[in-house]
Amino acid sequence: MSEHAEILVAGRGGEGDALVLSQPISFWGGVDAKTGRIADVRHPQHGQCIAGRVLFLPGTIGSSSASAVLLELVHNGHAPAALVLHEPDAILLLGLIVGREMAWQGPVAVRLDRNRFHEFDGRKVRITAEGAVGITA
Amino acid sequence: MGLALTAEERAVASGADGEGAAMAMRIVADAARLLGAPRLLPIASAHIDGALYHGDSGTLFAEKLVEGGAHVAVRSTLNVGALDLLGCSRVRLEEPQRGMARRMTEAYRKLGCEQSWTCAPYQAGHRPEFGSDVAWGESNAVVFCNSVLGARTNRYGDFLDIACAIAGRAPDYGLHRPENRRARLLFDVRALPAAFLASEIAWPVLGSLYGREVGNAVGVVTGIERHPGEDALKAFGAAAASSGAVGLFHIAGITPEAADPQTALDNIEPEQTIRVTPEMIAAARASLSTAQHATAIDAVAIGSPHLSLDEFERLAMLIDGRRLSVPIHACTGRHVVTELDRTGLRKALESCGVVIVADTCVVVTPILAELAGGVLMTNSGKFAHYAPGNTGYSVVYGSLTDCVESAVTGKPVYTDMAA
Repeated sequence: MSEHAEILVAGRGGEGDALVLSQPISFWGGVDAKTGRIADVRHPQHGQCIAGRVLFLPGTIGSSSASAVLLELVHNGHAPAALVLHEPDAILLLGLIVGREMAWQGPVAVRLDRNRFHEFDGRKVRITAEGAVGITA
Repeated sequence: MGLALTAEERAVASGADGEGAAMAMRIVADAARLLGAPRLLPIASAHIDGALYHGDSGTLFAEKLVEGGAHVAVRSTLNVGALDLLGCSRVRLEEPQRGMARRMTEAYRKLGCEQSWTCAPYQAGHRPEFGSDVAWGESNAVVFCNSVLGARTNRYGDFLDIACAIAGRAPDYGLHRPENRRARLLFDVRALPAAFLASEIAWPVLGSLYGREVGNAVGVVTGIERHPGEDALKAFGAAAASSGAVGLFHIAGITPEAADPQTALDNIEPEQTIRVTPEMIAAARASLSTAQHATAIDAVAIGSPHLSLDEFERLAMLIDGRRLSVPIHACTGRHVVTELDRTGLRKALESCGVVIVADTCVVVTPILAELAGGVLMTNSGKFAHYAPGNTGYSVVYGSLTDCVESAVTGKPVYTDMAA
């Protein structure tokens, strides 16, 4: 079973365990740029790692350096397998746009309503480069 | 719908001006498409937040622009970096990171950026004209530029800032459009005591509360009788942009797009009115500290945003030649260091135990002593917000007067109580 989501930034498709964040996050100061671990001690998913996961983001807050952190994760191989956002993010997704210019293969980012994020919680999710979203396990 | 580029913009994107300029134009155009902007706008200047080292990728990106022959098309100042290039303070960034940070600095210089290295470019001679379109990064600089100067910018993320500077263009959306600059909510402070509003801590505390209450909406503050001065507005904006995603605020009778509340609201009823009470202020102030019951402090940090010369003069007056028992890290830009050197103020402050931090600050790079369980005192709403996550220190918040007295004794001293 799969459906097509709007592609926000084109990139490589991926499969991984869903990580559904229950609160918005600031990537700068909130996610370790070396490992992808959630470093913000006040965030409910503190300690989880976004590397290799299909990351569902209800929103982002804070610093204008979020793009730099995501680009660094793409470059060092600790980016999520795919990104799912409720709405286009003016800052974070620049990390993927710049990665493409650098010819570093980054994950695809697609748009889905955040009210549907819970359907994917705890499941294994595959998102193709064409934007097909499906639960695989 | 969709983005329409001019023939010239399309030519640049396909390499007419070289590969560096093409890359920058494609990044601006991709961002514009993502945001649904119908076209690009010419910009008058840029302030670049992307020259702060977070990892090798940012250095490699800047170097690729340099290799492609890119150069900024408009005046572009640089925000703080990860190094104290003047050598005022010691940054504990080790190799190979230090070398990569230095390469990044060099790349941005070659791109034609001014070596301003400050988060307060608007106090270092970079003040765009009212109504002009610019592309600025760094949340406090963005909010000051929009709100106090009345120039128009969105919150530009790292990399889009330099791409806009090279392209001389920015996506036409958000706060570039007059209809999005109108206040939609009212933040009424009339119920607060005049003594609180005149106090040193009023503006950072109000800013912190404002950011949390409004998120990314545009609001207008009412009930301010007298212009509080630029340094107060700087503190308000910085605090609001770290607790929320504020890009523009208005203060009725004070900021240039708000002659009165009706003008700021464009004569439309506010969607929400927030009536600020003394209790809300007390709670906002308390939330700035994470170590309310600390009995000793290890350091003081001030200067987020970077201190002005006026703020240094006030610091010197408060210290009054006394020897500090814990260091005060005073972060500022080289535009102020030059003045401090000229007047002899730098030497006087350093001999009391003040550590001047230039070109950078204590929450973006390792400067504070490595200390498990360290306690930092600050008068900055922005430092209070970021220090626990970025330095490992817990924070106590107080006025500049109290920060100085605490640095002299090594114990937190509170004389200014909240409203």
